Amino acid sequence: MQSKKIGKQTINYLHPVSIVSFASIVGPKEGQGPLGSSFDYILADNLDGEKSWEKTEQKMLEHSLALALAKKNYLAKDLDYFLAGDLLNQIVCSNFTARAIGTPFLGIYGACSTLVEGLVLGSILIDGGYGSRVGIASSSHHETAERQLRFPTELGVQRTMTAQWTVTGSGAYILEDNPNGADIVITQGIIGKVIDLGQANAMDMGAAMAPAAADTITQYFKDTGRKPEDFDLIITGDLGNIGRVLCQQLVLQSGYDISKNYSDCGVLIYDPAQDTHAGGSGCGCSASVLAGYLLPQIIEGKLRNIFLVGTGALLSPTSAQQGETIPCIAHGIVIQGNR
Amino acid sequence: MDLKEINMRVQERQRDLLQIKNFNDAEIQLINEELQKDYQKLVLFESKANDKEVRLTIKNLRNKVIEQQDLVKKYLQIRYARLVNKSAPKIPVLKNALAAFFVGGTICVIGQIILNVIVLNGVPNKEATAITLMVMVFISALLTGLGIYDEIGRFGGAGSMVPITGFANSIVSPALEYKREGYVYGIGAKVFTIAGPVLLYGSLISVIIGLTFYIIK
Repeated sequence: MQSKKIGKQTINYLHPVSIVSFASIVGPKEGQGPLGSSFDYILADNLDGEKSWEKTEQKMLEHSLALALAKKNYLAKDLDYFLAGDLLNQIVCSNFTARAIGTPFLGIYGACSTLVEGLVLGSILIDGGYGSRVGIASSSHHETAERQLRFPTELGVQRTMTAQWTVTGSGAYILEDNPNGADIVITQGIIGKVIDLGQANAMDMGAAMAPAAADTITQYFKDTGRKPEDFDLIITGDLGNIGRVLCQQLVLQSGYDISKNYSDCGVLIYDPAQDTHAGGSGCGCSASVLAGYLLPQIIEGKLRNIFLVGTGALLSPTSAQQGETIPCIAHGIVIQGNR
Repeated sequence: MDLKEINMRVQERQRDLLQIKNFNDAEIQLINEELQKDYQKLVLFESKANDKEVRLTIKNLRNKVIEQQDLVKKYLQIRYARLVNKSAPKIPVLKNALAAFFVGGTICVIGQIILNVIVLNGVPNKEATAITLMVMVFISALLTGLGIYDEIGRFGGAGSMVPITGFANSIVSPALEYKREGYVYGIGAKVFTIAGPVLLYGSLISVIIGLTFYIIK
């Protein structure tokens, strides 16, 4: 019997799970970025007519799920499960979205790796036969993240060159159990370990998260025996410019050269001229880039397969103030086109 | 084309919702699903609309759907609130009031004794008041640190909160709590989390009263 687990950490989905629908919503800054035209909906401004940033983020998450459902003419009740997470305390955006749609709900938190965590778990649910249709969503919002994790939004601080810009964006995905005729299939996943190499600077998350990403990437290659060349694209969630380079070096030290086909969602989403310093970050970064930019390319056949590694920094403002270092995690998912 | 359809459905539903009291749970569920369907469709149309005007029309219609959703929600909430109110435990008002009276009174008596002792020792009345306040604040802070004032507060409620000792307690307790986050971002930033409103609006009101007095005189 073929095993559903390969090596130490890799999950092999024997009944390939397909992504049948997806949608992305981003804020105006992301809309002006290089990928601007590929998103489903661009907010007019970061408040979008709501009374608070938090409300806007919640609506954004809810609407991206509504879009993904509406594209296939599904209703929320057609979902067996809804898995979602975000960056706010007690993942309120996801909880309130689940309240609005009334679907069996599992709230998940993996900081900015939440989306990939959701995709891995959702695929496990479907592959295991516990359901046939699962909704996954995650979001982040620049202002809500700033005021919660750093400073009040209007405070005139000079951002360090290593700081990343939290993406205002959300993405939603509908996973389904129909291996026949699906354009996009999830074939493998990998659940990462929490790695902490002692970085404590909350203004340099890329450097903190790079070891976790590198660990997951090398572990995947070790587990499966595949090589970096087997993928059209290896892409991390939100390491940004600095973390991207570090991750590439760390993976190279382990004996795998990913320099030819490696990129990062946080690097792609903004133009250097947008003054975001080290690039984008946040749950919404990989969530919107995957739905807006990567999956359409898989459907068109421009990319045959990708290895997406979601990276998350698992810190809280309290733990940072108490002098703790930043534990980081990275989960991976292999997405393949059917062309 | 669909937009008109949804608009009509929304208006029809508005009439239905007037009689929501006569609906059973299955019917309410059905209405909720219909609302969700319309909502999703509207979000999809909105994402496809490039024109600002069109977007605005769709948004207005969407807000109507939200209003209807809220109406259903409110109805269910009120229905449940009735049940909750019936089963809520009774607050022991009399016992709480007596405890507050006793604790608050005791604190005031202690303050008065201290004041009298100071005055008997020949300190002018005005300065004696200030000294009394300082002594009371010190005692309260000390008892907070020793974990005794929290117990008094649990028993006395407003009786221990209203006198100046309660104010001292509200400043010392966050200071103890947030020491772990350091002296700058911990104590420095959070020491007035509870007393902050009193300090801000207390100062503001005293300025207003001071100005009023100045003008009247």
